Amino acid sequence: MPETRHTKSPLFELTIYRLKEFIREPDAVFWVLIFPLLLTLALGFAFREKPPDRIPVGVSEGPFAQRHLLALKKSPALQPRIYPEREGREELRRGNISLLVDGGEKPVYRFDPTRPESRAARVEVDNALQNSAGRRDAFAAKEEHVTEQGSRYIDFLVPGLIAMNLMGTGMWSISFAVVNARLKKLLKRFLATPMRKTTFLTAQFLSRLVFLVVEVAVVATFAWLVFDVEIRGPVLLFCLLCLLGGAAFAGIGILVSSRAKTLEAVSGLMNLVMMPMWICSGVFFSYERFPDAVKPIIRALPLTALADALRMVMNDGFGTAAVMPQIINLVAWTLVSFAVGLKIFRWS
Amino acid sequence: MTDNLAISCKGLRKHYSDVKAVDGLDLDVARGECFGLLGPNGAGKTTTIEILEGLNTPDAGEVRVLGLSWRDSERDIRERIGVSLQETQLSEKITVYETLRLFRSFYRRGRDPEELLRGLSLEEKRNSRVGKLSGGQKQRLAVACALVGEPEILFLDEPTTGLDPQSRLQLWEIVTSYRQRGGTILLTTHYMEEAERLCDRIAIIDHGHRIALGTPKELIATLEAPHIIELTTEPALEESDFKTLSGFHGATRRDKGWQLRVDSLAIAVPQLIAAVDARGTKLETLSTHAATLEDLFVAMTGRELRDA
Repeated sequence: MPETRHTKSPLFELTIYRLKEFIREPDAVFWVLIFPLLLTLALGFAFREKPPDRIPVGVSEGPFAQRHLLALKKSPALQPRIYPEREGREELRRGNISLLVDGGEKPVYRFDPTRPESRAARVEVDNALQNSAGRRDAFAAKEEHVTEQGSRYIDFLVPGLIAMNLMGTGMWSISFAVVNARLKKLLKRFLATPMRKTTFLTAQFLSRLVFLVVEVAVVATFAWLVFDVEIRGPVLLFCLLCLLGGAAFAGIGILVSSRAKTLEAVSGLMNLVMMPMWICSGVFFSYERFPDAVKPIIRALPLTALADALRMVMNDGFGTAAVMPQIINLVAWTLVSFAVGLKIFRWS
Repeated sequence: MTDNLAISCKGLRKHYSDVKAVDGLDLDVARGECFGLLGPNGAGKTTTIEILEGLNTPDAGEVRVLGLSWRDSERDIRERIGVSLQETQLSEKITVYETLRLFRSFYRRGRDPEELLRGLSLEEKRNSRVGKLSGGQKQRLAVACALVGEPEILFLDEPTTGLDPQSRLQLWEIVTSYRQRGGTILLTTHYMEEAERLCDRIAIIDHGHRIALGTPKELIATLEAPHIIELTTEPALEESDFKTLSGFHGATRRDKGWQLRVDSLAIAVPQLIAAVDARGTKLETLSTHAATLEDLFVAMTGRELRDA
């Protein structure tokens, strides 16, 4: 058998080794591929688009109650019902109805003006009753509704989820693999070979990027098919951002696991690093409500940079120039974390 | 003359906060030699071998491997040595062949993994995952990973600890056949029969010191007594009871009894029984065997290799 058959590069062999190790671990595959899908599905349905609710209003029993009821039913925004006087007031107090109309000839509107829905009900109810009493509008305004793709909550959510998945799976898969190999003295065994240290870490990196492509493709396709979430900007730029994000989190994963000797220690470190980003980086809700003073810090976090950039490309259709600050941010995180991680890496 | 030496170290020292793991050790291993570090657990064998393998740095002392120093020629040395650590666990999800192929890729030149598997009777397990192997098979694979770069020196740290007798024999065969190809071996062990059987020369290590050095025969000869008598009595004998035996060379107390080193069983045993009778104690057990390295260790330290 010719010897050359077996002389593939160590980088190639190590990357394949790591990929096989991962694929043969069913739990890991679940967390990386299936879990993000379930999360997207659950959140997507929880926040799916519904037609605007009709506002529940009440009419107290009285001689004109039926007439008022008919008039109110003509309004598409209202959901009226007749209540006995006493019960109507109770329902209003509990907030089950937003406004109560007296059943007399001259209606009385009973409502809490501090509640926005009640104020909206006041306008709708008044219009309905006035029109039915013969009022003529000076003009009929045309309405234009703007619940567009790209501005729904699910559109905000999907790029954030993609970014969060890249962070979670990237950091967990790398740091667990590294600490596990250290625990089993496999790192020490590798150190006893002529293989270069950078080769080992680069292989972790590359195998991670392979999974990242699968992972992002699955979530993005799923969101597109089920929720109609599209990439409005350049698809290539979207791919580039995912790769850069994956690289940054792989680097941070290597940094976090560079010294840890136990899985418990590395889990703690991971949570310490990821928790602030889960909270601050605007995955689920915009970080605009944080004080202005801390926003530069939040924007410097890699998860914020990635989520922001993905939103700009997916929802707003921006190009490379617009997301350049985020690209620089992610590249910097990658280089710094990888370099420091390699420097302080503990092999045994 | 350093050119003929595969490994040499002088004044090697490594102290940890609570223990002097290695305390001024000198060793020379010639090319083509099988050299054994024999000693109980905690004697400093692993620390020593890991320093020689370039995986640990000494506090003081000089190390040369193949005439090169770790500081100046690390990669060069790594290409030319093979290492099997005491407790490496190779990834369980990867097959035997895949593991070997990975290790092969680390070296510029080396052996064909398929051929190596045949030589180590692992070809049937070629496509089995490491997690499915027996202890002996795992250990053979670990040695295969050390051999796949066609090393000039093979380092084995406790290669047969925890293995069943048959697996141990298989591993000894691998070591012997590597020797026959001209390889140099440095191994650590706390099994004296392993050291006696495999090694050309042995250094006995205790508390980070070398307490004896030589071929197994020379070492046993230093006992100056080819036979060992072990006996227990109730109540125990005093040393004065047998000090005057003909050809008596010394004794070590063991629990309730004694271990005696003598020239001739034919002369010493009858005299000893007479001494037991004279003392009026009851003989419980008496056994004899030809002196081994274990007896040498007991004679030198008063402790046994295994329980130290």
